[in-house]
Amino acid sequence: MSAAREYFAAIRRAVFSLADGLSVTVSYLLRRPVTIQYPDRTAQPVQRLLPERSRGLLEVDVERCTACGLCAKTCPIDCIVVETGKDAAGARLHTRMDVDLGRCMFCGLCVEACPTGAIRHSREFEGGMARVENLLVRFLDAPRPPAKPPKKGEEPPEKPAGSIIRSRLPGAFAPARRCAGGPDAKPGGAA
Amino acid sequence: MRALAEYLAASWQLSPLGRELLSAGLILLTAIVVFAVALLIAALLTWLERRVAGRVQSRVGPNRVGPLGLLQWLADGLKMILKEDVVPAAADRPLFLLAPYPVMIGVFAAFATVPFSQLLIAADLDVGVLYLIAVTSLVVVGILMAGWGSNNKWSLLGGIRSAAQIVAYEVPAALALLSVVVMAGTLSLQSIVAAQGGWPWEWYLLRTPFGFVAFFIYFTAAVAEGNRTPFDLPEAESELVAGYNTEYSGIRFGGFFLGEFANIYLMSAIASALFFGGWQIPGVTPAEQVGSVWWQALGFLVFVAKAGVGCLVVILLRWTFPRLRVDQLTALCYRYLAPGAFLCLVGNALWIVLVPAGSLFERMVGYGMTAVAAALGLWFVLRMRRHMVSTGDRLDLDLFARGHTRAAFDPAWQARAYGRFRRRRPGEAS
Repeated sequence: MSAAREYFAAIRRAVFSLADGLSVTVSYLLRRPVTIQYPDRTAQPVQRLLPERSRGLLEVDVERCTACGLCAKTCPIDCIVVETGKDAAGARLHTRMDVDLGRCMFCGLCVEACPTGAIRHSREFEGGMARVENLLVRFLDAPRPPAKPPKKGEEPPEKPAGSIIRSRLPGAFAPARRCAGGPDAKPGGAA
Repeated sequence: MRALAEYLAASWQLSPLGRELLSAGLILLTAIVVFAVALLIAALLTWLERRVAGRVQSRVGPNRVGPLGLLQWLADGLKMILKEDVVPAAADRPLFLLAPYPVMIGVFAAFATVPFSQLLIAADLDVGVLYLIAVTSLVVVGILMAGWGSNNKWSLLGGIRSAAQIVAYEVPAALALLSVVVMAGTLSLQSIVAAQGGWPWEWYLLRTPFGFVAFFIYFTAAVAEGNRTPFDLPEAESELVAGYNTEYSGIRFGGFFLGEFANIYLMSAIASALFFGGWQIPGVTPAEQVGSVWWQALGFLVFVAKAGVGCLVVILLRWTFPRLRVDQLTALCYRYLAPGAFLCLVGNALWIVLVPAGSLFERMVGYGMTAVAAALGLWFVLRMRRHMVSTGDRLDLDLFARGHTRAAFDPAWQARAYGRFRRRRPGEAS
């Protein structure tokens, strides 16, 4: 008798648990989706919605760079090249500051190593390019004397986040992202 | 159709050979129309599947091609046609190339007997139900051919699983259909529909308790025969890559794909005709319906709506249940469904012997069953409401909503949606 009871109990359990499971999915069918449609349905440009410490494409402010080369030394995959030379008077010259964003793995070790905050993560991430070679970004146009280390308590002027990489990767970023709130929507949703 | 052929032959004064050619042409035309309609239904179902999948997973689903993404199937079809049709070097070439055809023929030929409305049916065969069961068995042949012809372990395993599964589940499916045939006393689908009525208590689903059980047995078995989740062992992607269609690409894969989706509509249409009164409109007798174009159109809509709800349920099943194991699959068939279907057949047979047709008892049972079904439906809705309320979400009947414009990143929204479940830091006020 107990076998028969177990048989019908199994049917009952199966029917009701399956129906209950179905009611969960049907309830989701009747809810509003949570996803935000990237990029044209966000309230603000996505760059502003990213978390504060998000690691976007690297950018280098050569006016703060002392050409110490620590970033290139820490980089685990050697995607940063820093070179220095001498000018006619024998003074140090910063001759090369290249970052191969196509190889960068966004670990952030260079940013931690940088003593002056010259290399940093921007919040830009849409660096799509037709050719991967174009992702090798040269931040230095012409040789220039490296920046002096700032004195204690002194903070050199900081450029707006993302402005350097945007000017260095022309064509990668749309001028104004389509979004529901418009390109100039006030930040507020982001943390 | 025959009347039309005779009318045309008479008005054009055709010779006997001309008559033959005319009827052959009309048959060909009918076949093309049926095929086109079935293809269109299958294509639209792929869109529905993806939209429903999106909503169930809190996504939006395809919405870029055409309004609401309605033309997504055209883009997909175009992609499949343009893709290279790769034949593996070691494949059994003729078998490999021919395999999609039995699958498509098996499913699309069955559409010939689907009664879309009282008059809209390609061929109202006297042996309709038998024809359906027979012709859909061709699918097994195609799947086995694909599994063997690919010369690939996964494909072969998938094909064998599929054959075992489809052959096993034919038994409960056929027995469940027979329990309706016993009630109606005919195998013709139109006659079976005409023997029911428009009101729910006149459907074979709710006329006897056995019909109610038989419907669920048929539906489960049909889902299994269609290789749909939770019975998609033949193509189980986590075990067999893609089962029997692993090696297929391009439009040959598209053939299997469309066959699968056409099969979903087919099983829903059969269930709707045999258990849910098909094109019958409440309060209108078939005799009244036959004369009016408007009643015909309404009957068509009623049928399509019933079948559409069936398709929706099949799609929802896929996004709800995990896949069965092989032993569970066979146990379910032979231990539960087959005996259950047999009991339903015997029960319905005894019912027509013991309960006089049109008696008070029969009608009371019909009303009672309808009340029970309504109560079960209410239970389902209440459970749904409970799940929705317990997650702090709201009903949103705008099924084509494009998602929140802020959501996810908006702390206020996060607190409303997930606040209850967020783990609080020690010392944080609740």
